[in-house]
Amino acid sequence: MTERTRVEVELTVNGRSHRVRVEPRRTLADALRDDCGLTGTHLGCEHGVCGACTILADGEPVRSCLMFAVQCEGMDLRTVEDLADGDRLHPIQQAFWENHGLQCGFCTPGFLMLSAGYLAQNPDPDEEELRAVLSSNLCRCTGYQNILKAVRQAAEVMRG
Amino acid sequence: MIPWIGQPLPRFEDPPLLTGEGRFVADLTRDASFLRFVRSPVAHGRIVSIEAPGRITAFTADDLRQVRPIRPLLHRPDFHPIEQPVLASGKVRFVGEPVAVVVARTPEEAEDAAEQVFVEIEPQDPVVSAPDALRPGAPTVHDHLEDNVVVDARFETEGVDEVFAGAAVVVEFDLRSQRQNALPLEARGSVASYDPRSGRTTLTASVQSPHVIRTILADLLGIPESDLRVVVPDVGGAFGQKFCLAPEDVVTAWVARRLRTTVSWVEDRRENLMSSFHSRDHHYRVRGAFDRDARLLAVDADLLCNIGAYSCYPVTCGVEPLMALAEFPGPYDFRTYRVRSRGITTNTCPMAPYRGVSRPVITLAMERLMDLAAVRFGIEPAEIRRGNLVSEFPYSSATGLVYDEGSYVESLDRAVEEIGLEDFRDRQAAARSEGRYLGVGISVFSERTGYGTSAFAARSMDVTPGYETVDLAMDPSGNVEVRLGASPHGQGLETTLAQLIGDELGVEPARVRVVHSDTDRTPYGWGTFASRSLVIAGGAARLASDRLRAKLAAIASAELEAAPEDIVIRAGRATVAGTDAGIDVSELARLAYHSSHRLAGGMDPGLTATATYDPAGTFSNACHVAAVEVDPETGGVRVDRFVVVEDAGRLINPMIVDGQLHGGVTQGIAGALYEEIRYDSEGNILTTSLMDFLPPTLAEVPTIEVHHLETISDATITGAKGLGEGGTIGAPAAIINAVADALRPLGVEVAEVPATPSRLRRLVSESERIPA
Amino acid sequence: MAPGYYTPAFMKPAPFDYHQARSVAEAVAHLGEYGYEAKILAGGQSLVPAMNFRLARPAVLVDINPLDELDYLEEDGDTLRIGAMVRHVTFERPVTEGPTGRLLAMAAHHVGHLPIRVRGTFGGSLAHADPAAEWCVIALLLDAELATRSPSGGRDIPAADFFQTVFTTALEPEELLVEARLPNLAPHTRIGFQQFSRRAGDFALTMAAVALEADDGPVANARIALGGVSDRPVRAGEAEQALEGQPATDESFRAAAEIAAQEFDAIGDIHGSADYRRDLVRALTRRALEQAIST
Ligand SMILES: Cc1cc2nc3c(=O)[nH]c(=O)nc-3n(C[C@H](O)[C@H](O)[C@H](O)COP(=O)(O)OP(=O)(O)OC[C@H]3O[C@@H](n4cnc5c(N)ncnc54)[C@H](O)[C@@H]3O)c2cc1C
Ligand code: FES
Ligand code: FES
Repeated sequence: MTERTRVEVELTVNGRSHRVRVEPRRTLADALRDDCGLTGTHLGCEHGVCGACTILADGEPVRSCLMFAVQCEGMDLRTVEDLADGDRLHPIQQAFWENHGLQCGFCTPGFLMLSAGYLAQNPDPDEEELRAVLSSNLCRCTGYQNILKAVRQAAEVMRG
Repeated sequence: MIPWIGQPLPRFEDPPLLTGEGRFVADLTRDASFLRFVRSPVAHGRIVSIEAPGRITAFTADDLRQVRPIRPLLHRPDFHPIEQPVLASGKVRFVGEPVAVVVARTPEEAEDAAEQVFVEIEPQDPVVSAPDALRPGAPTVHDHLEDNVVVDARFETEGVDEVFAGAAVVVEFDLRSQRQNALPLEARGSVASYDPRSGRTTLTASVQSPHVIRTILADLLGIPESDLRVVVPDVGGAFGQKFCLAPEDVVTAWVARRLRTTVSWVEDRRENLMSSFHSRDHHYRVRGAFDRDARLLAVDADLLCNIGAYSCYPVTCGVEPLMALAEFPGPYDFRTYRVRSRGITTNTCPMAPYRGVSRPVITLAMERLMDLAAVRFGIEPAEIRRGNLVSEFPYSSATGLVYDEGSYVESLDRAVEEIGLEDFRDRQAAARSEGRYLGVGISVFSERTGYGTSAFAARSMDVTPGYETVDLAMDPSGNVEVRLGASPHGQGLETTLAQLIGDELGVEPARVRVVHSDTDRTPYGWGTFASRSLVIAGGAARLASDRLRAKLAAIASAELEAAPEDIVIRAGRATVAGTDAGIDVSELARLAYHSSHRLAGGMDPGLTATATYDPAGTFSNACHVAAVEVDPETGGVRVDRFVVVEDAGRLINPMIVDGQLHGGVTQGIAGALYEEIRYDSEGNILTTSLMDFLPPTLAEVPTIEVHHLETISDATITGAKGLGEGGTIGAPAAIINAVADALRPLGVEVAEVPATPSRLRRLVSESERIPA
Repeated sequence: MAPGYYTPAFMKPAPFDYHQARSVAEAVAHLGEYGYEAKILAGGQSLVPAMNFRLARPAVLVDINPLDELDYLEEDGDTLRIGAMVRHVTFERPVTEGPTGRLLAMAAHHVGHLPIRVRGTFGGSLAHADPAAEWCVIALLLDAELATRSPSGGRDIPAADFFQTVFTTALEPEELLVEARLPNLAPHTRIGFQQFSRRAGDFALTMAAVALEADDGPVANARIALGGVSDRPVRAGEAEQALEGQPATDESFRAAAEIAAQEFDAIGDIHGSADYRRDLVRALTRRALEQAIST
């Protein structure tokens, strides 16, 4: 197979710079996972529906399977690996743990980043808004009950 | 927090999963080349040639001639085995069947390579549905099987026709359940690594049963089992889809050996929807005979299960029809029963067990029967059930299953009370006068769990699963390591077992390490499926703990100069009952290893125990009640409330139990209203994205209200019964009965799941009483 | 000879060359150079899934995300001017006072989910021309004008001529959509927006957007646009006419909805037949009219 053209891209992930050589067609999700070694971001569909790949780009929750790495130079990218502060879990992580908001844990990084991005801008969401936002992602295990409960609790904790 | 049993302990499994430290198969491809399967775009046809450009590394069935085909077996005369080559050989039998495999350095390049493999196929007429496959002259999927019937099982008690002839009321109906995909959020995949030094191959795979997979891999590849190691990393859901052998895993292991390197296969969502195991797809014709007091006297059922193009290993495609046959009566007490249950092969994706297996459909059938009869008798659905539910235990069913103690009537009464049935009927009547259609639906069912070898042997399986073995060791520091053959993936078994063992051995659960999912480190076992792990692995753990505890007590009794029966082990200490005298468990552990000369005569040094548990099985039971509103103009259904009253015996960790129920019910709602795999008449699959196959989101799922009853039966040694599948088994019937209840004034009967908006709308517009 | 086939399933894009446009002029120049080979990458929320499936395989991708010059909203007399790169999420709160802003906000909440809305753009949605896209239906309802730039200049295309069939617009390969001009609805216009989808966030099976004036008297300036029912968004012209001058009653709404349900070529798919689409039009049009009059 002929060598395809790769380009050098500098990604800023979780505050650290990663210089990677990728083909233009490499999605951001694949670049994070395979080129930056940050495998906490998961792939459940690669067509925008499941949300397992949700990360924050400049503070906003986005589907990383629907962006290309070459587009992301200069963006502040945040993944699930960035949430905890050393051994101290982020309040959303803590709430997922305490409320059994995960079973297999495959959807979890996506839900955590979705909630983190949303709560940062909407610290006091009403129930209807919260349900609408959390319906962005799919979970096959939990039936969503405890995810909703966890994010509600996290919002409270974060408001202090 | 003693006892630990019964505590909603947060799970030990969670922290890595919360921080991105989870390790799933696709996270382990760093040193691997990437495989991509070339798949058949044709449902049925003869392969004429396969051409790949020379610069591509590609393999076809010709290269894999040494690999045996998958040939799942049942030893019974009504079963006809069919074979599956791991890459299509000679013929293709469904769209998505692996035909060739290519190897490349990146996933993208692997797709580029697959794109260049050209397959010439002479198409043949396909057969897509089970009824079509039975028609005379229908195309045959497997040449040796002219009628496409793989299993044709019958069961009949005496006097069926007589009972029907003498019945006061006979209710008769058809039922169709469409196809689903279990849809774990992580699709399948594996990494195979050949180690030239040892000659061993390690398959790291997203599967539910590492030991069984190792055995069959060794059989198919023709190598000693000791040359293989199967490791299961974190698994992103499975629900049955990862229990049976994936032909792709065999090819992955084969390529690694052939190229003496590391290769990976990561299934994507489209492949998963197209060619990973499907499930359900049943056609039923059901008749029920009632006496004038609305007592069910007899059931006569004809069940067709579309099993797809191939049979799945190890359980075989008999699993759906045979379970349907044996368990159809469910929680109802009747003695006269006739059933014919067939498994039919077609040019569609193969089937494998999915959460609930046949039971979501047979429960739907029995619960529809009850509701249809209730309408005929003009009584409440709850009332007709009360009169027919099993209420004395042990109960032996028409097919000879023995039900241990349960709470069938109690769960019904409680659920009806929780939903507030009388108030609901008032609201329903008021709403109807405003042109709104509310409905309530009940589903009572039994969930057979903890199937041991005796239960599986009844199906005459070539491979008879059932028991589990647990190795237990307390190390010199007093920490406990448990090794088991079961392979949990999201069920929280590590936490639950730690609670169970913690109580037995007087250690904190955090000091119990559970080792699983690695054939090099665990005793042979069957994996995690069929709501069995807690019952069976838990039972074995309990037995092993008892043995270890006895040894601890014996050592303590010598040290404390008391009788072993007077030793109490609790909270890290062994004490003499009624005294202050005691010794730390960790001190006993140290002594057992480092001062073994002080052990009583005949006692071996160290603290280890092994136990195997193989129960006959136990029945959980539950009642689900759904309240819905149907919009007759759009056919849309909104689930307003969902009540579960569950009896799964003793609850070890109630938080985990509720999580299983939430998830199970959600999958049941999905099956009742949303999810459907569709094929066209040519056998092309139409639902290969999550825009077409529709797992529900939070917006479609109501708050699931869970209540527990705890009937402790002696069928299991922990008192716990399984419940992993119950939510999925009961929910479709509750939802569909509620939808039917809502639409009854319009003269509509619901006979097909999922009850999609377009189907419901068509029923409403075809009904005579169409609203203006 | 037996027919030959290639494998049917992909999930990673075919290779392409990538250009990041630093100005509209540069983007247009790229389009001029590569023509059919090139595709504009806006929010990527429709294009990238299609590329992952290899259903779309442009040889060249021209990324217009850096173009702040296309990310603007301006009130220009009676016209709301929307730059092509304004993201869906912007419309969740009314971007302009009055019924136009409210209508856009009502619809915005139905466009996919939050992470889709954060990236997806107004212009991308119009250019993609999904028959069930909210922005396409609203552009048609409001008789929007769509402004383009191309190597030979540019033009303004009325929405009625813009949407041609499924995923197909009047845009030429070398044409960039730069702006949508929405004539603001009169302040007292009443609006309704109804849709039915299988799940939250999914493309609607059918949607109805309506605008009408009916302060104390009969209905005037009624507009009805429908999505998801045909090969492109459609106006229910006959139903609009039937409403004109009628009292704003259940009865006339019902009659108009019935006409709307019959007046176009309905298309079915796996989620429902053409007849089902007509049933949905009937129900949703009536409800949208009722909603308009009751709010
Ligand atoms: C899970 C999911 C759910 C969704 N649900 C909905 C929904 O309910 N309703 C809805 O309307 N949409 C929905 N979408 C689609 C989404 O709104 C897209 O954002 C939109 O259709 C396309 O806009 P984009 O900016 O993402 O364009 P892109 O995906 O970047 O481009 C789409 C097409 O338009 C072309 N194009 C883009 N911009 C221009 C331009 N300025 N000039 C010329 N050509 C251009 C591109 O070349 C491409 O062919 C959904 C998407 C996903 C993934
Ligand atoms: S993997 Fe990106 S949305 Fe599913
Ligand atoms: S926890 Fe398994 S998919 Fe959400």
